[in-house]
Amino acid sequence: MGSESGGVRERTRVAVGVVRFAGDSGDGIQLMGSRFTQAAAERGYDLATVPDYPAEIRAPSGTTFGVSSFQIRFGGDAIRNPGDLADTLVAMNPAALKVHLDGVREGGTVILNTGSFNEKNLKRAGLESDPREDGTLKGYRLVALDIGKQTLDAVSGLGLSRKNAARCRNMYALGLVLWMYGAGIEPARAWLEERFGAGTPVGRANLRALEAGHAFGETAELAAGAPVYDIHPAELTPGLYRTITGGEALAFGLVVGAHKVGRPLFFGSYPITPASPVLHRLAALRDNPDVTVFQAEDEIAAISSCIGASYAGCLSGTSTSGPGMALKTEALSLACAAELPLVVIDCQRSGPSTGLPTKSEQTDLMYAVWGRPGEAPLPILAPKSPSDCFDTVVEATRIAVRFMTPVIVLADGYLVNASEPWLLPNVADIAAVPAKLHTDPEGFQPFMRDEALARPWAIPGTPGLEHRIGGLERDADTGEVSYDPENHQRMSDLRAEKVARVADALPAQKVEVGPPSGKLAVISWGSTYGVVREAVEELRTEGEEVSQIHLRALHPLPRGLGELLAGFDRVVVAELNSGHLRALLRAEFLVDVEGLNQINGMPFLVRDVKAGIRGRLM
Amino acid sequence: MNAPTVPTKPDPSYFASEQTVRWCPGCGDYAILKGIQRALAERARPREDTVFVSGIGCSSRLPYYLATYGFHTIHGRAPAVATGMKIANPDLDIWVVTGDGDGLSIGGNHMLHALRRDIDLNILLFNNEIYGLTKGQLSPTSRLGTRSPTSPGGSSERPVSAVRFALGAGGRFVARALDVQQDRLPEILVRAANHPGASFVELLQNCSVYNDGAFSFLTDREAGPRQRLHVRHGEPLRYGADGEFGLRLDARTMKLEAVEVGPGGCSEEEILVHDEHNPALAGLLATIGPPDFPLPLGVIYCDPAAPASRPVGKAAQPAIRTTDEELTAMLASEGTYQLT
Ligand SMILES: Cc1ncc(C[n+]2csc(CCOP(=O)(O)OP(=O)(O)O)c2C)c(N)n1
Ligand code: SF4
Ligand SMILES: [Mg+2]
Repeated sequence: MGSESGGVRERTRVAVGVVRFAGDSGDGIQLMGSRFTQAAAERGYDLATVPDYPAEIRAPSGTTFGVSSFQIRFGGDAIRNPGDLADTLVAMNPAALKVHLDGVREGGTVILNTGSFNEKNLKRAGLESDPREDGTLKGYRLVALDIGKQTLDAVSGLGLSRKNAARCRNMYALGLVLWMYGAGIEPARAWLEERFGAGTPVGRANLRALEAGHAFGETAELAAGAPVYDIHPAELTPGLYRTITGGEALAFGLVVGAHKVGRPLFFGSYPITPASPVLHRLAALRDNPDVTVFQAEDEIAAISSCIGASYAGCLSGTSTSGPGMALKTEALSLACAAELPLVVIDCQRSGPSTGLPTKSEQTDLMYAVWGRPGEAPLPILAPKSPSDCFDTVVEATRIAVRFMTPVIVLADGYLVNASEPWLLPNVADIAAVPAKLHTDPEGFQPFMRDEALARPWAIPGTPGLEHRIGGLERDADTGEVSYDPENHQRMSDLRAEKVARVADALPAQKVEVGPPSGKLAVISWGSTYGVVREAVEELRTEGEEVSQIHLRALHPLPRGLGELLAGFDRVVVAELNSGHLRALLRAEFLVDVEGLNQINGMPFLVRDVKAGIRGRLM
Repeated sequence: MNAPTVPTKPDPSYFASEQTVRWCPGCGDYAILKGIQRALAERARPREDTVFVSGIGCSSRLPYYLATYGFHTIHGRAPAVATGMKIANPDLDIWVVTGDGDGLSIGGNHMLHALRRDIDLNILLFNNEIYGLTKGQLSPTSRLGTRSPTSPGGSSERPVSAVRFALGAGGRFVARALDVQQDRLPEILVRAANHPGASFVELLQNCSVYNDGAFSFLTDREAGPRQRLHVRHGEPLRYGADGEFGLRLDARTMKLEAVEVGPGGCSEEEILVHDEHNPALAGLLATIGPPDFPLPLGVIYCDPAAPASRPVGKAAQPAIRTTDEELTAMLASEGTYQLT
């Protein structure tokens, strides 16, 4: 592919680029990000993106807490995380510069929308002096231009109001950055035409702004010091791709998972950040004859409706985040007791309580494992990347049905919103494992068990199988209510053993990177996969003896994990909590596991993980 | 497999399970269970298509005693479980069994939304004006002054009226019945079950242990007839052993008046005729009761219009309908690009 729009400037060849867009919520930052992402994806780059937005819907303009941002890392190498530091920051106002300058690497480029650098905005951002003049920007390459004014000039004559004309500034900035990275505007143009219609004034104005931004670079108006890049595409498997967010992948995973177990999907949920995208994506599938979406009155009703639907024969799913998980607890115990298939997606966010709704953590692990009164074990899986959300949920549906059990999928806010390229699977190639509905009244008993210890799925409407179930303890032989102590022991053991056997249905644990024994293993789970992997790989190229072990199944723990851990002198769990998995591994394997922990609402940075591991290698 | 089909005229015992019933002697739940079995027999729907979903409480044990499908869920959540079940399979005949604490305290929110959504559930609220299973604490329907372990000095909270709550929540079928009235109870239950959309029946139920005699004012041989107003669509609102009393509307104050009918009292023409389709009248009937008025029993409100929303029933089909190809197309529905 190479660069189609070279311009007159010499382009610097680099392997990977990192761009961060930042500005007010009203600046159209997320749109800039997603359009840049599509352009980068279509050029054949591997990539990872992450948005970061305020919890307020329209925070007061110009304030630091109202800054919204989007980071993309893309290039020819395998990209597994959105990167620590950006090479290029687009700051649409002083507040964005203030918040994000720290996230730019030394010598990086800062594109400033100078039109917004007036006294009012400086004050709103809490800046005493103009960062352009007080030395703040020393060590960075500065591209200062009045994006707002350039945009107004570009779209003048199209009959737009000043306000609507000014709104096109994100397209101008997008055009400029696309040019800097040698990318064309075609994908963005196509999108604009689809979104606004080819001939509409708004569509034409946005397109003009996009072209003007691109041309600004191309005609060498760009400040001489600003770098322009040439990045080679990645060697990705040929095929049909799309970019996918974790939120979309979780939703699609439920649809395909239900399809593959041969049951209609019932999805009952209640809106909550950051889980709502899953609900929205599924609700948009209203024409799918196998998908029913129900917005419940609260999370208790959401999971309760799922339990009712599962009892009636659907594969049910629900999605939520910490506060909603808390509300679902009692019903989740009922699903354990009644042994009904159900997938609960927890998009973890920072707590306690409302915490930081838009920030991501892994702080619900202990809650997922132990957070139900009474002995109520259930399987827990965690996806490692946006596209892996799909595979993990498909797996969860299989387990739910095969073992007649609720399953928790521990995603997080970062995963829901992050995106990456996805080589589209052919759904026909995904193995179907149809659920067996019980129909034979002969010898039927609602809590009889098969070889996996699963009870039969006997749904209302089936003649001869009329039976009563509920939360009261049931007799292991007859299914009738039983208060017998021995029976309760037996049923408790059976429930635990059933969940323990899920491990047999999943692959044994392997190392992800490095040798299967040695000096130090770093353990990761969930969304920290990509950062930890990069940290470990870099340390290995730097000559360090270190391996990565990544867990998808968190309960029951994978087969072979204990043996694997025993082969390392030191084991460090890197996780975004105070040490949940660490405590579980210590308890399970009596190994002196150490922790690398962070609870600031942000994903790990590669450099921090590297530093943490290095400190333990000395 | 030989599918048991329902007999043409099943006996109520056809719907009884083999479980020993475990309520206290004299509990009103026995009578209601009997009434339900009679109603089921009269409706003669197959057992396998019938589900009883309950919450937690003495009343919520009821599903165990029926030979249908049954789900004894968790405290207060039965309407939500039943909602999911009905959406999943609209062909099922789903009954919700709940108590005054279960349905109006911990589960009040779900009750509100079940009625508002008007999904076709038959909701039976066993109102004994007390928490039975947990040994007699105050419930949200307990009368002012009720002494209980949690209100030893007598309750100072005003009770909620189940019927007014149901009407306020948008309930389109609202009825009230008395546990011991076996001549009337099954008929009301059958009507509730036949009503398309959510139906709500408040069942006044005697708790012989913790709130004995709460409804004896209605069952009393002497005084009872003057306290019970059996409402029936198209019939005058008259009560008393010989119908010697009736309800009249004072149009200027918009208030009901309890009056004597006949010579010396008011004329028969002045007595209101029950119109169960009339929400304004239902609202008035929901507010009256002792000491100044009789307590209305029967179908207080029934909106004859079809429900505004019906469960779409996508989840009901026995087999899935989408193909692998359609789902592959779903995944590829936005922003695809080809890499070579
Ligand atoms: C979450 C929860 N809280 C409390 C209880 C204890 N509990 C069981 S039944 C009940 C009250 C039942 O009263 P009501 O609904 O009136 O039913 P009744 O027993 O009177 O039929 C309570 C508080 C429980 N089972 N679950
Ligand atoms: S406590 Fe009251 S409601 Fe419960 S079974 Fe006994 S009499 Fe019936
Ligand atoms: Mg009660």
